[in-house]
Amino acid sequence: MTETAHQDSDGGGGRLPPFLKRLDPAVLTAFACIVLLLLVGSLYSRNFLSVEYLLQQLKVASFLGVIATGMMLVVLIGQIDLSVPWVVTTGAMMASFASSFGPAGIVLGIPFGIFCGVLLGLLNGFGVAYLRIPSMIITLATNAVAQGLMVVYSGGFSPKDTASAPMRYLATGFLVPGLPNAVIMWIVIGVLAVFLLTRTTFGRAVYGIGNRERAAYLSGINTRRIVMTTFAISGALAATGGILLAGYASKAAQSMGDAYLLPSIAAVVLGGTSILGGRGTYLGTVAGVILITLLQSILSVMQMPEAGRQIIYGLVIVGMMLLYGRERLVR
Amino acid sequence: MKEWRFWLAEQRGTLMAVAIFVVMFAVYVLNHPAIQSNGFSVTALSNISQTAANKGVLLAFVAMAQTLVVLTAGIDLSVGMTFTLTNCLASWIVVGDPLQTALGVVGVLGVGLLCGAINGAIVIFGRLQPIVTTIATGAIYFGVALLLRPFPGGSVNNDLADLLTGKVFDLFPASLIVLAVVVLLVWVPFSRSVSGRAAYAVGSSEIAAYMSGVPVRRAKFLAYTLSGLLASIGGLFLTFFTYTGEAALASGNTYTLFSIAAVVLGGVSLFGGRGSAIGAIFGAFAFRTIGDLLFVFNLDPLWQPLFQGVVLMIAVSLGAFGLFRVRNRLEWFG
Repeated sequence: MTETAHQDSDGGGGRLPPFLKRLDPAVLTAFACIVLLLLVGSLYSRNFLSVEYLLQQLKVASFLGVIATGMMLVVLIGQIDLSVPWVVTTGAMMASFASSFGPAGIVLGIPFGIFCGVLLGLLNGFGVAYLRIPSMIITLATNAVAQGLMVVYSGGFSPKDTASAPMRYLATGFLVPGLPNAVIMWIVIGVLAVFLLTRTTFGRAVYGIGNRERAAYLSGINTRRIVMTTFAISGALAATGGILLAGYASKAAQSMGDAYLLPSIAAVVLGGTSILGGRGTYLGTVAGVILITLLQSILSVMQMPEAGRQIIYGLVIVGMMLLYGRERLVR
Repeated sequence: MKEWRFWLAEQRGTLMAVAIFVVMFAVYVLNHPAIQSNGFSVTALSNISQTAANKGVLLAFVAMAQTLVVLTAGIDLSVGMTFTLTNCLASWIVVGDPLQTALGVVGVLGVGLLCGAINGAIVIFGRLQPIVTTIATGAIYFGVALLLRPFPGGSVNNDLADLLTGKVFDLFPASLIVLAVVVLLVWVPFSRSVSGRAAYAVGSSEIAAYMSGVPVRRAKFLAYTLSGLLASIGGLFLTFFTYTGEAALASGNTYTLFSIAAVVLGGVSLFGGRGSAIGAIFGAFAFRTIGDLLFVFNLDPLWQPLFQGVVLMIAVSLGAFGLFRVRNRLEWFG
């Protein structure tokens, strides 16, 4: 669909290998900025280009990456998921909670956490697809409900249950020597997402709905089911991100998800996905996630105070979007 | 159709918000401990309304700010951060003798206008999506707020603060009067001006508005700028209530999210072009009363967030009843 339009539009580089020709300018700009950031970072500290440091960054990025994958799917259908903060927390808390019930709980803890995320996602999806409530509102309400449930569960404090051994292994272990498991999780989820988006009818339907839901419906796509499924996947991925985070920090915390809402949206749009839906590639989202993680890391290496970090963070988003995210002029 | 029926159809969302608020507030007052134990009296009612009004106007100002942008079919996710930024600024400059205080207030409002104008300029001339723009500018405003107040503190002119948060003639909450004045000075002129009507037109269909020669850019720019102004009035009031400035990320985000909730409860369509700031004000009051209701029914405060969430979810789901009127399934897709 729109992807093909892109192939035609950047025709200039006829000699380029096919995979480069398919990249859109937004993704290229994002990757160029990553290289630039790495160069700037290496001026400040020699460790910046070391393998350990880069792997550490990838590990930190993988939490955001998993969450941003779900956000990207939702953005592709032209909606937005503002329930990320408390779905992340719910996944983490419920997985830890289930793990406190002996061996069976430890086995079922992770699936249970993801299941809770799916339920919240289905609630979002049902509201958007069947009740036709704007996603910005229903996901906000779901966020409030999830927060309410978790406050009742935890009594307003950080819960006592700690992350189970499998959760810690998933976030901090090394299945392949040298490569953190969290990164492997992100790679697996990323490959699945790419497969889903480019090789299945579901993926085609997602792009179709994002371009024009009415047209997709008239082409015989069950748009409501697709929209609901997409939100369920987003919920599942947010909960998975929460479980990884809990494993990393060895326990769930009240506001652990708050720091992931805006970065996940920013990562998706910096990667060239249109916030109006229907256009964007997963590679772009990967670039966006790495870009944001590196930016945050460099600013902390430079010992920039929080205030300066926020300002630069905002300026970078505006600046990059002005470079390639502008809409066409209404004329 | 008679004239009043047109008016009724136009104001349906606003009237619904007023009705929801009146019912909830009546239940709240009738079950309030002060009324339950001592019987109904004007003093008790005035005390209850003062507390409720002081909590409510903060959200009401931010919700009004959100309304202006939502009317043009945009969204302002930086509104809570403008609110926080102006709160921090006010805790520095709204002090001293009357002249200095007055200059300080002007400065705070000016910064609010500037924040709104930056949003508007990026959205209109940069042609970025409002949601992305305001996420980014929100981060910038919060950064500036942190620069101003790395730690909570500061002070404010106490006389002015007590005057504006107290009661007039020992009866009527002063904050409500300020709210009414702001409505009369900002919202009424805006909604009746050419730019205001243009903002509604842009919200309904930007392309149609453009084709009809409506001043699209001016309307949007004015809406964003005034939105910043209203958020800064909210920030100013927060300073009057707390006597300090604090750059708290959670509080800014909460106000942004609550403002969207209040706007929806107030009958403003998120698709733009429908609703009014008056509705949003009552939506904000209603949203605040939900929290207070729990208090008078002696429910565990732990259940308050859940209760608030469930009420919000039910309230937004009510709009789905409109689906029963759909004759053609293509109308699902708006």
